[in-house]
Amino acid sequence: MCGLINLKNKKAQGELKYDIQAKSKNINVKSSILKQQNQKETNNTKTQFKAKGTIDKLPIVCDVETLRALIRKKAVRVVDVRRIEDYKKGHIPTAVSLPLANLLSNDSPEQIVKLLENLGIYDEMPVVVYDDTFGALAARVAWTFQYVGHENTSLLEMTYTNWKNLGLEIENRINKFPETPHSLKLNQSIYADATYVESIQNNPDKVLVDSRERLNFLSEHIPSAKNIPYTMLGNDNHILRSVDELKRFVENRGISQDSEAITYCGSVGTLSGLAFYALKLAGIKNVKLYSKSFKDWKSLGKPKIEFKDANYWDLSAE
Amino acid sequence: MKKNEELTKVNHEKGSFVKPREKWGLEKETDNFANKVKLYRQGKLSDDDFRRFRLQHGAYGSRLRPDYSMIRIKIPSGEITPEQLEKIANLSEAFSIGSAHVSTRQNIQLHWVQLEDVSEVMRGLVEVGLTTREACGNTVRNVMCSHFAGVCPDEVFDATPYSTAIAKFLLRNPMSQNLPRKFKINFGCCNKHGLVRIADIGLVPDLKDGKKGFRIYLGGGLGAASFIGHLLEDFTFEEQLLSTCMATIRLFDRLGNRDNMARNRMRYLVNEIGWEKFQKMVLKERNIVEMTISEFTKNLYQVHFNNSYVPINKSTKFNKLPIVETNISTISNGYDRWLHTNVVPQKQEGYFTIFITLGAGDITANQLRSLASLIRKFSSESIARNTPQQNFAIRYIYANDLPDVYKKLMAIGLANPGALTITSAVGCSGTTSCNLAITNSHRLAKEVQRTLLELGFDVDNDLRNSTIKISGCPNSCGQHEIATIGFFGGAARIENSMAPVYTMLFGGNGYEDGKLGKAIMRVPAKRVIEVIQKIVELYKTEKSSSETLDMWIDRIINSNGSGNIKNIDDIKTLLTPVTQLPPFEEGQEFYQDYGNDIKFVAKTARGECAA
Repeated sequence: MCGLINLKNKKAQGELKYDIQAKSKNINVKSSILKQQNQKETNNTKTQFKAKGTIDKLPIVCDVETLRALIRKKAVRVVDVRRIEDYKKGHIPTAVSLPLANLLSNDSPEQIVKLLENLGIYDEMPVVVYDDTFGALAARVAWTFQYVGHENTSLLEMTYTNWKNLGLEIENRINKFPETPHSLKLNQSIYADATYVESIQNNPDKVLVDSRERLNFLSEHIPSAKNIPYTMLGNDNHILRSVDELKRFVENRGISQDSEAITYCGSVGTLSGLAFYALKLAGIKNVKLYSKSFKDWKSLGKPKIEFKDANYWDLSAE
Repeated sequence: MKKNEELTKVNHEKGSFVKPREKWGLEKETDNFANKVKLYRQGKLSDDDFRRFRLQHGAYGSRLRPDYSMIRIKIPSGEITPEQLEKIANLSEAFSIGSAHVSTRQNIQLHWVQLEDVSEVMRGLVEVGLTTREACGNTVRNVMCSHFAGVCPDEVFDATPYSTAIAKFLLRNPMSQNLPRKFKINFGCCNKHGLVRIADIGLVPDLKDGKKGFRIYLGGGLGAASFIGHLLEDFTFEEQLLSTCMATIRLFDRLGNRDNMARNRMRYLVNEIGWEKFQKMVLKERNIVEMTISEFTKNLYQVHFNNSYVPINKSTKFNKLPIVETNISTISNGYDRWLHTNVVPQKQEGYFTIFITLGAGDITANQLRSLASLIRKFSSESIARNTPQQNFAIRYIYANDLPDVYKKLMAIGLANPGALTITSAVGCSGTTSCNLAITNSHRLAKEVQRTLLELGFDVDNDLRNSTIKISGCPNSCGQHEIATIGFFGGAARIENSMAPVYTMLFGGNGYEDGKLGKAIMRVPAKRVIEVIQKIVELYKTEKSSSETLDMWIDRIINSNGSGNIKNIDDIKTLLTPVTQLPPFEEGQEFYQDYGNDIKFVAKTARGECAA
């Protein structure tokens, strides 16, 4: 496979080349910061590898070096959730295409399992998902995989644009792998619907998190929800900030790691999908996604909180 | 200290000179803030104690929602670097509403930040040298300096280093931590710019026998009751600048009213004691300060230019600006119109200052980022200054670069003309975020700007010197009392319905010979734009040949008018038809404010300035 040969060449060229490849000075700086952080995260990943034996058990977020190593070992299925046109123009080596829209068009658990099988993903196989939409689309797909029982799913730490700007390997062949069987084991512990969200109102141990932007939240939201806008979660180089930062955000809000968190957003659970992983990364073990989100809540005529005593929209220069 | 190096070694292509940058923020204050929020949430800090602490650190409660903050970022002397603009852009996107707001006192405000995230915003600001410390509360607020200082053709010297030194001396200074009320210091450049008469201390650079010094004004300020500052003495030598400021603050601290929240600004003290007596007290106090001040303290106050900073006096690429003086009209091309209304020559030959027209001071995160790269590329000093007209000034631009600058601004939606004209209406935040606001002055200012630009008021030289300023309540954050035509918000009750209305004032100005506007009449919010148009229409028929709008208005308020409009009563009579509030059934929209489709209700909560 030409992709792998390329990878080997890159490896031989070593770390220095990695920097020289970066196009501008600006990116150079970013990539060196990135390397330091990668180093830290790679160390964590390594311990997890040992614990799990032969099959690589991925962390919540997969760093670039780990993914590159897995690609070299042919021990991972990389899933590109951008539009098919974008995939065809270039993608991460060995990646298969699964546009989010295709997944959402029929997201019954049986259909999702079928998708996994078509992509050649077997039960324990490490899967890394990426997008070019600050991680929100990738997060929604990753959550769906985990919901139907594919636990070993991880988000790539950065977007495709970040990857490309770092001068990392890309290819534009359309990858196809032999179909494999995959079992269906619904993981209800990460799923929430309107009835469930309604049932947790006023429960101090359960926190409802609205991940839409501030002005949308102020306009209307589900009663008792706390606002953690998706815009807080990432930065220029990473779809999610460092664990320390995310922990601090959660701690500042007085949310205990022992509490249960349910995330929602506007309509299909993308922004809240990203929040789902941010909260997990921040150390909250029990996180659920209300995937149908506020659109569903409103269509069911459930109560909402509105704030009309201030004209905050008029502060926006948009 | 990598960050530090990055701040001083700004990468700009024109690369002529870069001033040393102050580091105003302190990281430990961000941790402290986060801890205090936790204690407050746990009920271990009282509401009052927490409010005081919060305000001292620059976080103001949001309209009817104390769980959200307006974070006021001080921009001392108004000097802001591209890195700082980019950081504010990122913080605004992450924790605020994706837009930032330029205030009328050279602050930049982030609105609707969750209280729990305030410490995170502070952390980001500290990284680029900024602080919110003492931006609110009973402290010395952001020290302002005219955005023209250093480039103004009419100034005798650049006041900026003095302004920055005073800001540095007073920030976190024990003497300014618990004043009876907030305290404002404004530095000017010439007798036009810098709002020196409406501050507790206002200073205009001056020379006497070749020595540097200032004309210092004390006890000015706008509010429910406003005063114009008094000249302390003919000339104050620069050596006495610090002691004069210290003496004034000490007197205020000792004698100011700490009981009556509504009357505890220094201007009331001056008014009660009487200026002549207060003046003597300040001069006496200054003697005491000078006798007792230690060398150590004196050394904390340093006005000096870094050796590497040599301001450029003349552009190497000298080029005269093509037009500026030429008359243009609304059919002129966009670039000419912008050049005419947003660009002024500097005292340094071949350099120009350009103004970025914002709508009531609002700018998106993306626009801030683009502005930052534009500053790096085109400004030889590689900074911007924010202005009390809620715009940005970018200085030291070569004439040759102006077309490129315009093109870049066009691409990011920041090339609106009219920055230096009547169309650039000022509007405080009003009901968009303020507890005290009665009306949506913010949106109204944007609507005024939009309409007047459409009408081409920006190209009318007769209107150029006039200003429109709008506050959402009588407290004057929108500086309505120094506008040619000013407005402050209120409510009118007609039977069972309430309508948003504004009190209109005429004839104020913020120059060194400044004066306060005179209240003329009340105007329904939805008729304000119509009234402005009517005033201009009347002016056009009544004015004498070369008379500008502000001159004509001056004549009328002095009962010195001619023709059909001799005095205020005459113009009131003529304006009455366009200021009527129709009955509710005939005009429901008059009973709704801008930005709302619900019936207007005047809702306010406790103001926090005074906490």
